[in-house]
Amino acid sequence: MKALSRSYLWIIFALLYAPILLLVVFSFNEGGSLSSFTGFSFRWYGEFFRDQVALQALKNSLFLALASSLLATAIGTFAALGLDRMRNRYVKGAVNSVTNIPMMNPDIVTGVSMMLLFVAVAGVFGLSDILGKWTMLIAHTTFSLPYVILSVLPRFKQFDKTLREAALDLGCTPAQSFFKVELPAIVPGVFSGLVMAFTLSLDDFVISHFVSSPDFQTLPLYIYNQTAHEVKYSMYALCTLIIVTILALLLIVNFAGSIGDRRNRRREASK
Amino acid sequence: MNNKLIELRSISKSFDGEQILCAIDLDIHDKEFVTLLGPSGCGKTTTLRIIGGFETPDMGDVLFDGVRINDIPPHKRQVNTVFQKYALFPHLNVYDNVAFGLRLQKVPEDEIRERVREMLVMTGLKGFEARKPTTLSGGQQQRVAIARALINRPRVLLLDEPLGALDLKLRKDMQNELKRIQKATGITFVYVTHDQEEALSMSDTVVVMADGKIQQIGTPTDIYNEPVNAFVADFIGESNILDGVMLSDKKARFAGQVFDCLDGGFAENEPVDIVIRPEDVDVVAPEKGMLVGDVSSVTFKGDYYEIIVDIKGFKWMIETSDYVAPAARIGLYIEPDAIHVMKKSEYSGKFGDYSTFSEEMEHLSDPTIGTEEEDDAE
Repeated sequence: MKALSRSYLWIIFALLYAPILLLVVFSFNEGGSLSSFTGFSFRWYGEFFRDQVALQALKNSLFLALASSLLATAIGTFAALGLDRMRNRYVKGAVNSVTNIPMMNPDIVTGVSMMLLFVAVAGVFGLSDILGKWTMLIAHTTFSLPYVILSVLPRFKQFDKTLREAALDLGCTPAQSFFKVELPAIVPGVFSGLVMAFTLSLDDFVISHFVSSPDFQTLPLYIYNQTAHEVKYSMYALCTLIIVTILALLLIVNFAGSIGDRRNRRREASK
Repeated sequence: MNNKLIELRSISKSFDGEQILCAIDLDIHDKEFVTLLGPSGCGKTTTLRIIGGFETPDMGDVLFDGVRINDIPPHKRQVNTVFQKYALFPHLNVYDNVAFGLRLQKVPEDEIRERVREMLVMTGLKGFEARKPTTLSGGQQQRVAIARALINRPRVLLLDEPLGALDLKLRKDMQNELKRIQKATGITFVYVTHDQEEALSMSDTVVVMADGKIQQIGTPTDIYNEPVNAFVADFIGESNILDGVMLSDKKARFAGQVFDCLDGGFAENEPVDIVIRPEDVDVVAPEKGMLVGDVSSVTFKGDYYEIIVDIKGFKWMIETSDYVAPAARIGLYIEPDAIHVMKKSEYSGKFGDYSTFSEEMEHLSDPTIGTEEEDDAE
């Protein structure tokens, strides 16, 4: 029984990580085969970085992830601020639920409805070919927004309201009290919202599939198009790079807080 | 002491239809230590928040140095506040917390350093500059909160139950400390508490509040010796409060007897409340007593005995240094100056009878015990 319970953890880890591990290992495989590992090489990485279309897709993805996460974080933080300041409990609850619905909405529904909206708007203004970079940006900002609100709002709720009064009491204008006292308290929430929005944008496929055009491809779209014909081994290399990036981001988010604390402690000790 | 710094003119305030303050009038003089004293929910914190600018009165005016300041926001008022739970900024260290107000005023960094140092010395916090508030004890946080408020050299310092979260020993030390700081700086202190002992030992003026009204304003001695009604008599210290009739000046009848007293100015045969403090009653042999009763309980309190005596159904509390056996028959002797006569009020008959008294009840009604919180501001 004890042995079973101890091995349970490892079984779960194996189930979760075996496919990823396999992919990482075979991205370094010299020969183009999944059945035998013929030798370690960066061959497929080299091939990927020579693929101009893939690199353009990578650039598009990074631009989109960065722009949409920054936009979503700015809008989401102010939305959370507004939600927190709402007096009427019923309106507050209602608005809160409305912002949460997009998270539970299936991506395919969101994707299709956004495409419909964009095409309809284009029709009204007599534009053709509206889909592309900017519709992607709008879509990605929109679907990240609730996640940012979700991560910032609790910080506002936890914020001790008497701190605001103390700041006013010491001579802050309401705006100064927000930036000097309240913002530092919610920054961790803002930061984790930003990272979440970034990763969501980076790996979104379903919504992007509907609101994009062939001239603006992101990595997930590019990979999908590649695998439709035959699986290129350079795709393994690309996926490994993505995994490493996401892993690095996760580590940063998890350790940023504790590193900040340690730095403070060291600064105190040195004084 | 004579110039009025803050004047409250018939201030009324209600929250969600519940009247918290009813037409409060109060003058606070320059350099005065004023305490607003009352039970939880009496409106004392709301009064303080109105002075601080965190609440606006529904009716009435707040005057500061003769100028109406109802609509002046908190950050433009010459008052600073020490909050009940300190409200230190957690992301700033002690130095930056204390320097916060001066930095907003754009005081040169050199002067800030000097004034923060001075303030930390005065509050006994030298050497704590780089510590974060969360690493400090309650007493130290309290000192930071006081330093942070005082460094701005306000005309008035508002203190909202600042010692409520400290243990008894620390509270006593901080009481002396606050009194010393107030004397040294000459700043007007407005202090809110529900602890009558704290109020009596620190204040120049005590304002007793109940049910959104001011019951009495006076020096601690006045409040203790000359309470205006049964509420004040009961809230400040222990009191036996009896129904009585004023026969004529200096003659009162209560407990079935006529006593000489020192009060006068009442109508003939006017019904009154009689207050007799437990420590002002002398225990004598039954044949020498003005009143005779049976001891129903004796509690040893360290430096005195607290005894409950049943006299014709009314239970008296008496504090005496001589041991009295339970169930003994004793006489009580009351000097004329121990009898205080009050006019009848809405609080008559509600307080001052120890017939339901027990240690347990004492515990329940003692505001300093337990975690009861001032919530009338909500």
